Amino acid sequence: MSIPEILFYAFAAVLVVAAVGVITARNPVHAVLFLVLTFFNSTVLWLLLQAEFLAIVLALVYVGAVMVLFLFVVMMLDVNIAQVREGFTRYAPLGILIAVLVVFEIGSVVWVKHLGRAPEAAAVASTAAGYSNTQALGELLYTKYLYPFELAAVLLLLAIVAAIVLTMRPRVGHKVQDIGQQVSVRAKDRVRIVKMNSEKES
Amino acid sequence: MIPLESVLLLAGILFALSVAGIFLNRKNAILLLMCIELMLLAVNFNFLAFARQLGDLDGQIFVFFIMTVAAAEAAIGLAILVLVFRKHNSINVEELDAMKG
Repeated sequence: MSIPEILFYAFAAVLVVAAVGVITARNPVHAVLFLVLTFFNSTVLWLLLQAEFLAIVLALVYVGAVMVLFLFVVMMLDVNIAQVREGFTRYAPLGILIAVLVVFEIGSVVWVKHLGRAPEAAAVASTAAGYSNTQALGELLYTKYLYPFELAAVLLLLAIVAAIVLTMRPRVGHKVQDIGQQVSVRAKDRVRIVKMNSEKES
Repeated sequence: MIPLESVLLLAGILFALSVAGIFLNRKNAILLLMCIELMLLAVNFNFLAFARQLGDLDGQIFVFFIMTVAAAEAAIGLAILVLVFRKHNSINVEELDAMKG
């Protein structure tokens, strides 16, 4: 067994333990921290799978932004743990049964494929010297996938706007411009013109 | 080289754990969102495993877009969660029955 394989299985074991921690942690804050551990282990595994750029993006975007957002919301909301935990043991047998079933099904499919699989595909080109995963991804992203890339950018903008609009609440005494009212103002509403005779300086 | 079967099995285990998590924590809306994130991670593992196996970078591009959508989903989901908490003072999913569905 080569060193990358040993590393893969070690980090995969920690990943599975952390995922179990996410779904069984009593405190939501602990669950979020276990999820952070899960993402860090995934980062290592993705590096081993030769997806260097995405591994770094996972660490920066997920651990750095999304999980901090989760932690922020979990700590901001005063969650009644006892109340949301009730029913945990009642549904535990069903949950475990379905999890075992899914693992068994996927495992059996993978096993059958393993038995009848053609020999390993040709060596991946990414092992060549001077190869850059980031450059290759960028070249693909800005040529073949340019329109999906721009759509993704619009989607992110939409998410920003939606999140701000959803959580913004009108404050009492908050002063805002009413553009329609401003535009529809006529001069005679504001200025009163008085007719009077001109006076001579005495 | 890491065998394809190991990665696929790991992704399967991760997906099964997140499905079990949805069953176990079916009242806590935050944990439901976190389980969805775990599911997306499991799917990403499949894409990366096959991208490496077939020597085709399109799988990695897909993972890129999945991560974009997941980030947007997390932001909007948490915003909705904050609104729900503000209105009901609870994030218990079973109390959200205003639409009588």
